[in-house]
Amino acid sequence: MTTPDMMAREKQAQAEETEAIRVTDLHKSFGTLEVLKGVSLTAHKGDVVAIIGGSGSGKSTFLRCINFLETPSSGQIVINGEEVLMRPDGTPVKRRQIERIRTRLGMVFQAFNLWTHRTLLENVIEVPVHVLKVPRAKAIERAQALLERVGLGDRADTFPSYLSGGQQQRAAIARALAVDPSVMLFDEPTSALDPELVGEVLTVIRDLAAEGRTMLLVTHEMKFAREVATHVVYLFEGRIEEQGPPDEVFGNPKSARLQQFLKTVG
Amino acid sequence: MELILDTLGLAKSAELLSLSPPGWGGNLLRGLANSLQIAFGAFGFGLLIGLFGASGKLYGGVVIRDLLAIYTTVIRAVPELVLILILYYVGTDLINQAASAMGYGRVEISGVVAGIWVLGIVQGAYATEVLRGAIQAIPHGQIEAARAFGMPPFMLMRRVTIPAMMSYATPGLANLWLIATKDTALLAIVGFSELTLETRQAASSTRAYFTFFLAAGALYMIVTLFSGAVFGRIEKWARRGQPSLRGAGK
Repeated sequence: MTTPDMMAREKQAQAEETEAIRVTDLHKSFGTLEVLKGVSLTAHKGDVVAIIGGSGSGKSTFLRCINFLETPSSGQIVINGEEVLMRPDGTPVKRRQIERIRTRLGMVFQAFNLWTHRTLLENVIEVPVHVLKVPRAKAIERAQALLERVGLGDRADTFPSYLSGGQQQRAAIARALAVDPSVMLFDEPTSALDPELVGEVLTVIRDLAAEGRTMLLVTHEMKFAREVATHVVYLFEGRIEEQGPPDEVFGNPKSARLQQFLKTVG
Repeated sequence: MELILDTLGLAKSAELLSLSPPGWGGNLLRGLANSLQIAFGAFGFGLLIGLFGASGKLYGGVVIRDLLAIYTTVIRAVPELVLILILYYVGTDLINQAASAMGYGRVEISGVVAGIWVLGIVQGAYATEVLRGAIQAIPHGQIEAARAFGMPPFMLMRRVTIPAMMSYATPGLANLWLIATKDTALLAIVGFSELTLETRQAASSTRAYFTFFLAAGALYMIVTLFSGAVFGRIEKWARRGQPSLRGAGK
């Protein structure tokens, strides 16, 4: 005999199984300035969530709170069903838990942030070899394949400073892929690039979306967001103003602020 | 060879500087070895202090930061000669008091160890500031990237912070090393037989001041030139991956 209660619980358990990230009521203040005022978001496996919004809307802060590069002020973060233990003030209880979770989240930064004293190959194998303890030979083999994949196979022994921004960002994506992340976090990956270099990076990201990678993507590229996202979130002053499937959000925006925003970014 | 020395009127000097007695060359070289030993130890000890000092100043709590500020300020404010006198006599006195309190007799403190301690503490204050500046010069994103990929703090220090700061720190550290080699001369004041003291003894015994101090100068010069070459290589290694400012490519 199954009671409605049991069914509900089972349904919830199934939902949790496909959940990659669940953020509940996330707040973040810098001093007296409250940047995030209670943001909740769930991403399921295979989702590509695009987070859009004006500057100062808190979209980058939100992304950085997920892997605790910023310490949230309050809220709950669950990654692959594992809740990050936080003290009441938002600081993580266990450093090791954060470190372990971070290795499952491949982050790509606006400014690439490659390690300039290491070649591309060394950048890509760094985390697998030293943090994840993958045998070096295996890590190199995989890194080489990843660099091939982002079109940098012949640049493995080059130092980042000798490459264009687009090449550096593609290498940074390879570095993030090297940990075989369960979720990829993109923090405005094309904002620091010259216009003619944006395309090559978007091509790589599009490719990842097509193979069903779970991704959170903070971006200013509206056309791209509409094309690859499965879900779009519009943040305004630290709150989710509107969200939904891309065709809804971009094609038929309901909130006046989103309509205004889409008009200004064109 | 002898003919050349004779015609140049240097036969006497060569005799004085010969390595075996009655020449004083051996003493000078022994002094140099002592000097280098102390400089090496003090520089290494100073680096260690500097690494912890810089980390403490950048990441430590209020108490640690204040204590380190006092340390670097006091050490850099007082002339090194005075510091050496204070640290040497206070240090040996403290150790002897501690030893007698624990029921041991007077402890004979090795000059080398004392020299390394005293100069190391002085070097540490300067190294703290050199390394602090170098760590701050690292683009913050590189450290953030390491954190974002789950590197624990110690590994981050070893794999990212230290290699990334090396290019900024090397010129300052090269200066510190050269200062260390010459500061060893100050230890002559506490009677430690390093190169300068050996030279003075040789000179005053033979009245050949010019010969011996010129020879000592040449030895210090050789050390400096050799150090320059070594640090040049270190800097080249530390700057790998950074395009040269002259734009000459790799």
